[in-house]
Amino acid sequence: MINEKVIIAESLTKNFGDFVAVDQISFEVAKGEIFGFLGANGAGKTTAMRMLCGLSTPSSGKANVAGFDLFKETEKIKKSIGYMSQKFSLYEDLTIRENIQFYGGIYGLSKKNIQEKSAYLVEHLHLQNYQNNLVKSLPLGWKQKLAFSVAIVHDPAIVFLDEPTGGVDPVTRREFWELIYDASARGITVFVTTHYMDEAEYCNRVSIMVDGRIEALDTPKELKKIYESVSMGEVFLKLARKAVRGE
Amino acid sequence: MSVLKYLLQKEFRQIFRDPSILKIIFVMPALQLIVIPLAADYEVRNINIAIADHDHSVYTQQMVQKIKSSGYFKLVNYTSTFQEAVTSIEADQADIVLEIPAKFELQIVREDHASIFIAVNAVNGMKANLGAVYLQNIIQNYNNQIRTKWVQFPAIPPQTNINVSVSNWFNPMMSYKYFMVPAVLATLLSLLGTFLTALNIVREKEIGTIEQINVTPIKKYHFILGKLIPFWVLGLVVLTIGFLIMRFGYQIHPVGNMLIVYLFASIYLLSILGLGLLISTYADTQQQAMLISFFLLMIFIMLGGLFTPIDSMPSWVQKLTCLNPVSYFIDVVRMVVLKGSGLADIKNHIFVIIGFAVFLNSWAVWNYKKTN
Repeated sequence: MINEKVIIAESLTKNFGDFVAVDQISFEVAKGEIFGFLGANGAGKTTAMRMLCGLSTPSSGKANVAGFDLFKETEKIKKSIGYMSQKFSLYEDLTIRENIQFYGGIYGLSKKNIQEKSAYLVEHLHLQNYQNNLVKSLPLGWKQKLAFSVAIVHDPAIVFLDEPTGGVDPVTRREFWELIYDASARGITVFVTTHYMDEAEYCNRVSIMVDGRIEALDTPKELKKIYESVSMGEVFLKLARKAVRGE
Repeated sequence: MSVLKYLLQKEFRQIFRDPSILKIIFVMPALQLIVIPLAADYEVRNINIAIADHDHSVYTQQMVQKIKSSGYFKLVNYTSTFQEAVTSIEADQADIVLEIPAKFELQIVREDHASIFIAVNAVNGMKANLGAVYLQNIIQNYNNQIRTKWVQFPAIPPQTNINVSVSNWFNPMMSYKYFMVPAVLATLLSLLGTFLTALNIVREKEIGTIEQINVTPIKKYHFILGKLIPFWVLGLVVLTIGFLIMRFGYQIHPVGNMLIVYLFASIYLLSILGLGLLISTYADTQQQAMLISFFLLMIFIMLGGLFTPIDSMPSWVQKLTCLNPVSYFIDVVRMVVLKGSGLADIKNHIFVIIGFAVFLNSWAVWNYKKTN
């Protein structure tokens, strides 16, 4: 199936009291796609992502992630997704290898599998000389690449990345996106939020959230055409300026 | 099962990698166990006494000597005016003033009776109270000594004498250390268990790693066991260190079987760790966790029978202490160590504490939400 949908959201909504953080968003993401999720700070990106990961229960709407119902099969979804939060969330007081081993372990990988994965990841990320160093001693860019690799250590169907390259230098960001392409080539669907417009151009399709709603959703090329812009940055500014709610 | 193995491996690695946690776990309880029982001694010593002696006779000299040699009093001022003695109370140098009137000796010898005056500084009520009682005892003693010297026993004694003899069961020397050390150990274990568990999980909340755990298919009970077991093991290690200090530092030889204490402690730890766990599911920051733990443990310890006997509390407070897990542990440790109680004697304590463990942990598991 070429057009197999791995994420289907229908009128997904999240209220915090009177505040509507996410307002009836509907979209579909196809298998293997790199799906960019853009929006100004406070537009509701993280909340939407947390709902899809099963960290936050939607107030209303329907969603299907990796073939499972978001309301009834949350724990099954968790087996098939990876998540990298805005906060760096590997254990800083464990070494690189220990982190890979731990997350591999709690995802239920076999001992042999964990061994192979660790060896592969360490080599792939050129961390051979640092594998027994504590994670806190690594520079931010390396940490982020490691966190991404750990998030997909169990070969999930989808990986959710919440601003994975915030504060990372351009060279490392480039390398990070190479990792994303690698994952995508292996059939892992990538759902990514970002504030970098050059990164938006790398995505297959991009949605732009304004005030909790999805205002635009298409390929970067089409979006630029619709909004008569030369770059995604221009598209974003045109849409985001309509926002009523501030930070 | 293997998921649990990875959780435990991670937890132990983190604990043994953090030198400050290790210090908190091993050095602090040991130090406190050495210091607190020495300080928390109910026996009042070093009572500062000022004596205003208007008589300066052989008798008063003998009496002062007796007071000084009792070991409870420190003579800070020996004067001939009451005014001067009172000044030393006002200057906070003396706790108690003994005034011996002029012609004290003469009165005793001639008239067969004399009176003296004791004034106490009641700011520190306990010290003053006990001081006055000790002093009266010493004087009474001295009084009897004079009587036997001067008065010939008549055929029929002028007044009946009831002689009271006291025997202290289970703690023959009435040593407060016997009473305090086991209880302090119980208290320390409670503090440590609650704080470490609560802070550990809330810390994961603060640094965000808990979210990474919540997004995995891990089972709630795995996560909670992964947190409970390491601290349970550490708790038993601390208990063992405490017992060693008790045995070799304080020379307290437990009368009962220590395995019974271990059995009880292992269940008790589950309940107290469950409390920490429960606090962590409600607190979002380490400060919150700290304050809640502190608040609860203060109450538990104050009402746990460590310092004041539960039996002398108002009856409604006594009823409240039934809900206090710490009081059961203090009770059991004292019973087994001092009295040699067996399993049958602490049966009810065990049932209650199992109840606490089940209740607190179920509540914690129920309130720990992977999705919110």
